[in-house]
Formats: sequence, C-alpha cells, structure tokens
Amino acid sequence: MSQATVTHHHAHHFASADDEFEAAKQGMWVFLVTEVLMFGGLFVAYGTFRGMYPEMFHEAHKMLSVPMGALNTVFLITSSLTMAMAVTSAQKGLRSRTTGFLAATFLLAGCFLVVKYFEYMHKIHDGLLPAGFFTNHELTNPKAPLFFSLYFVMTGLHGVHVLIGMGLIAWIMIKNQKGYFSPAFYTPVELVGFYWHFVDLVWIYLFPLLYLVS
Amino acid sequence: MSHTSAPGENYLTGPKGLKSWLLTVDHKRIGLMYLYTVLSFFLIGGIFALLIRWSLFSPDHKFIDANTYNKFFTYHGAIMVFLVIIPAIPAALGNFILPMMLGAKDVAFPKLNLASYYIFCIGAAFAVSALFFRGADTGWTFYTPYSIRTNTTVILVLCGAFIAGFSSILTGLNFIITTHKLRAKGLTWGRLPLFVWALYATSIIQVLATPVLAITLLLLIFERVFQIGIFDPKLGGDPVLFQHFFWFYSHPAVYIMILPAMGVISEVIPVFSRKPIFGYRAIAYSSFGIALIAFVVWGHHLFVSGQSEFANFLFSLITMFVAVPTGVKVFSWIATMYKGTIRFNAPMLYAFGFLEIFTIGGLTGVFLATLAVDVHLTDTYFVVAHFHYVMVGGTLMGLLAGMHMWFPKMFGKMYSEGAALVGFILVVLGFNITFFPQFILGAQGMPRRYWSYLPEFTFLNQVSTVGSWFLGAGFLWTAIYMGRALFSGAKAPDNPWDSKSLEWQSPSPPPVENFLHEPVVTEWTYEYRPSKA
Repeated sequence: MSQATVTHHHAHHFASADDEFEAAKQGMWVFLVTEVLMFGGLFVAYGTFRGMYPEMFHEAHKMLSVPMGALNTVFLITSSLTMAMAVTSAQKGLRSRTTGFLAATFLLAGCFLVVKYFEYMHKIHDGLLPAGFFTNHELTNPKAPLFFSLYFVMTGLHGVHVLIGMGLIAWIMIKNQKGYFSPAFYTPVELVGFYWHFVDLVWIYLFPLLYLVS
Repeated sequence: MSHTSAPGENYLTGPKGLKSWLLTVDHKRIGLMYLYTVLSFFLIGGIFALLIRWSLFSPDHKFIDANTYNKFFTYHGAIMVFLVIIPAIPAALGNFILPMMLGAKDVAFPKLNLASYYIFCIGAAFAVSALFFRGADTGWTFYTPYSIRTNTTVILVLCGAFIAGFSSILTGLNFIITTHKLRAKGLTWGRLPLFVWALYATSIIQVLATPVLAITLLLLIFERVFQIGIFDPKLGGDPVLFQHFFWFYSHPAVYIMILPAMGVISEVIPVFSRKPIFGYRAIAYSSFGIALIAFVVWGHHLFVSGQSEFANFLFSLITMFVAVPTGVKVFSWIATMYKGTIRFNAPMLYAFGFLEIFTIGGLTGVFLATLAVDVHLTDTYFVVAHFHYVMVGGTLMGLLAGMHMWFPKMFGKMYSEGAALVGFILVVLGFNITFFPQFILGAQGMPRRYWSYLPEFTFLNQVSTVGSWFLGAGFLWTAIYMGRALFSGAKAPDNPWDSKSLEWQSPSPPPVENFLHEPVVTEWTYEYRPSKA
C-alpha cells in the first residue's frame, strides 16, 4: 500500500460522511425500484402473451439453446460473487484485492456478452427475428414471431444493462487504483455492487422464463 | 461550487456569469432555470391552444387543414402535459422551496439535480424538433395501431417523452432522499409543511409510475423501428395492451400534476387565513391515499375499449374512491378558512380560483367514472372540459398561487397587488368562459379532436374561442406585471406574508446556502394563533 490516497470530503450540505453514505445507499435503492418497474412492464407483456398463446411459447422456446443460457447463468452468478468480494475488500481497504475482484467481475460480464453475441448471431442466421423481420420456416405457429420480439427486447434491454455495468465497474476499478477509496469512503464500490446484483437478478428471472418453458 | 456567501450577498448575486448558472448545483438556481424553461414551453403550448380555438371558431371557415389541425392538438397536448404541467410545480417551485422548507442547504444529490435539468432539456429538444420535420398527429396518448402506421415523425416525440421521463424520475428520487435525510433539527415528520408531504407523495408516484411509461414508449419506438408487433394486431400483438400500459403511467401522472398544486394550496390557505390548518394529518395522509388509489384506476380510460364488464365495474367503483381523499382536502381547506382572518392577496385569490375550478373538475370526474354516463360522454368535449378543469384549474391555479406566494422570496421583489387582481379576474373569467361551454357541447355529443362540427354547435364554440382570448390576455398580463416587478418592483421584506414556514426565516432573496444560521425547529409549521387571546 505505498500508493498515495485521495481523501474524500463529504458534501457541504450533509452533516456527516455517514449521513452522506446512507443517503447515497437509499438513493440507489430507490433507483433500483424504478428499474424493477421498468423490467416489470416487460414481464407483464410476457405474461399477457404467454397467457394468450401458451402452446406457441412452448414450441418457440425450443429454438433457444439451453446450454448457452445455462453457461451465461453460471457466468453471472459467479460475477455476483466476485462483485461481493470486491465490496468486502474495499471495505477493508485492500486495494489490489479489490482491483482483482473487479477485474474478474468485468471479465465474467464480458464472457456473458460474448456468449450472448453468438446466440444472437445464430438466431439472426435462422431468421428468428422480431415479428416484422421473422423469416424462419421451421416454426409453424403463426404467433411464434412474437416470442422472438419478447426475447430480443428482454435480453437486449438486459444486455444494455450489462454493458452499462461493465462501464461502471471499469470506472470504479480505475478510481480504486488511483486510491480514491478507503474503509472510510467506498460508496461508489458499494453502489455499483447493488446495481450489479440487480442486473444478475434480472437474468435469474429471464433464463427460466425464456429458455425453460414447460 | 464551494462558494461561501459574503454578508449581504444572495444566490442571485453570488457567482456571476452565464457559466456559473449553466453549471450551478444550487437548487435555487436550478429551480429558476426550470421555471423559465417550463414557462417558455407554456407559451408555445398556449399559442397552439389559441390556434386550435381560432380554427374552431366556425365549422367551415378554416385557416388550417384537417391534418395540420391534428398536429396542432398533438403539440398542444404533448407539450403541455410532458413539458409544462408535470414539471411545473415539483421541478420549478419544488426545487426552490422544498430544501428551504426542510431547513437544508441543498437537495441530497445536487449534481443529479442539475443532470435532471439537462435531461429534461434534451427530451424537450427531441419532442419539439418534430415540429421541424413531419410533425406528429397521434394526440399526446400515442394510441396504437395508428401511432405505428402514421407517417409523421411521432418517433421524435416518443423519444422526447421517454428522455424527459428520466428527469422526472431523478427529481422524484432526489426529493424522497432529501426529505428523509436533510430535515433541520427538530423538524419531525409531524411538523413538516404540507407542501413537503404533497411533494413526497408526488415523488413516490414519479418513481413508481414513470419507469412503466419509459418501457411503454420504448416498446412503441421498437414497434416503429424493429416491428416487434407487441402492440400491432397485424403481427399478432394487442393494441389494447398499449392502452393498459399507457394509462398505468398516465393516470397516476394526473396525480403527479395535481398533488403538488394541492400542496401549494395547503400552504397558502392557513397563511392568508391566519389560522392553523384544519385536519393536518388528514391532508397529509390523503395525499398518500390519492397516490395509492392512483395506481388501481387506470382501467377507467378503457371503458369502451372492449375491457370485460367486470373490470369496468371494478374500475368504475375504485375511481369513485378518489373523491374521498380529495373531498377530505377540500373540506379541510374550507374549515381552515372558517372564522379565519382572511387576507385577499394574490396567492389567496388563486387559492379561491383553485377551489372553484378544481371542485367542478373533480365532480365532473365522478360523472365520467359512472359507467353508463361515461359510455355517452367518452371522447366528447365533456372529457376535454373535465380534464382542463382539473389540469388548468388544479395545476395552473396552484402554480400561479405558488408563484405569487414565493415571488418575493425568490427574487426579493414585490409585484403590484392591483395588477395581480386584474390578472386573476382575466384568467378565472377567461378560463370559465372557455371551458364551461365545452361541458354542454360534450353532453350534446360533440366529439373531441374533430376538425369541424355540426352547425348547431357554432354558438357555444364561439363563446369558448372568445374565452380563450381572455385567458391568453390574462397570462400575458401576468407575464408583464411579473416581469416589471423583477426589474422595478419594491424591495420585498424577508417575510411579507408573516408565514411560519422555514423558507421565510431566511433573507429575501436567500443567501447561497439558504440560511444565515442553521435553523432549529421548535414547533409545528402552522401555529397561527392570535397574539392575544
């Protein structure tokens, strides 16, 4: 720990650093509530159409690759673990350990996106596209294109969240290396951690809903 | 940013130059920037309103064709809803007043506050840019499948509303945390001003409902770009699902518009009646009652869209419950005035305006909630009149009451009471002349959004159009005397209305960090007792 540290001063309108930390955490929780509601809209759309066309969902979901989805689930759950370890190390002021765990999280997120990329390419090649562009002939159910609209919108919006998460992780990794964080101030690490667990949680719902329809 | 105020310096004279304004994190300056922006859009939206009314002056002599007319009412609706009424009181007045009422130096997240202002501006730029392309003609509700098929640039308005929504979410988030974390010493929840309670309830709706609008608009954007078909019957989708999604946000949004105005009225009435507010807890909790019910009444916008009879019955019933917390507020305000020492200053006049107009708006809402009556009134001018009575009567009267109340605090200047009285008469008379005939027209069956009408509706339409000129003149007059007061108004005392609320315990205009000494609260905000018993 020979690198210089940057001392953090809490903003003038807070009585103490603790107050500021608590406010930031509360703010993040409220933000995550808005995220839940945004994805909630998509889940309602999913529920509506699955209720209308249950056999179509069953038929269409067979075109998704369960091994790839399962692999991605493993990547994300592991990344949640490494993120939690990163937050703990930041709390203890172990700077290089924090960087290591953040880098691992970043890599696992990258692996997730690479797998997703291959899945998407495969779907595009087979013409399994959103309704208006759907050209696949294997699926006979006329409503099947809707399944792929939902698939692309839901996993796409989740993918964007993964990308944003990677940006945030890279940002706190750099800040951590520059010595911005200490046991007295590690708010950004904690908040990015919250966000990352949320992104994982969304996938935990998406995977069974899209890949494991029975 | 770490500017500390020298003696005699205030937030207006503090750091100087355009940059110090554009990059400010001071909630008061951000509030003012919101105010100016919102008022500019109010002018644009208002001009479209006058043009619509002018076009409806007679059924045949039209200066715009039907397609242009469709675009004009779309602009009027979209601009007024998304860029004026939703942000007007929370983002402009709330930003300025809420931290001061709490005795705080700023909102919890000042940079986020500034970011939300710019997000709002970007959203507004998107929405307004549609004007320079092929416009938009869907109405502000963007109903599918027409909004998927139209060849106008509705996508720009959709993007604008989507982006502006995030500004609304962030403001709500900021207010919630500020209220939790930054209250002055001694300012317990039971002592909070009712404006704070109202903004808190509003913020909860903003945070819970706006994300659903975001996903709805996003799906509609994807519908146009990627043909996902979720709302498109041609591709197997369900257009009524769009209506459900849209109103799941937009009905609570109606309360985003009205609750802050109710908060303003709750501040004005006790101060100008010199009496403690009647039913403090009832008013505070009824805001949450309204917020809660707001989320389970959206179906009353779908009575004629093929929703099941049972759903119609339930939504009709629950909608009527809204009248209960609303009635609690109205009766509490009237009870506050009872045997009070009422002063007829401009803010109080507008509070009376609110009571008159909003009560008519609220009661006609009960007509519309009644299933059998609604089937007849759906999509007629009765609906137009109803929501203008609520939105204009509610939100704009609240905004005007608030602007007149806090003008001396915000700018340190007094406006002319005589001029304000003239403006008030023009606005309230003009409003009633414009919109009351529309109740009758609607009951007689004149459909809304039509370019022309049957000859027998001509007289009432002309009355309505003439009323819109009075209303326009009233707003213009208000802009003139307020503008004059800014430059040559008399210097305002620190507490011209003799209010007990914390923001008045600071100089007018306030210093950069709001208070000269850290405020400590020892009593309830509404202790207006006669000095001698």
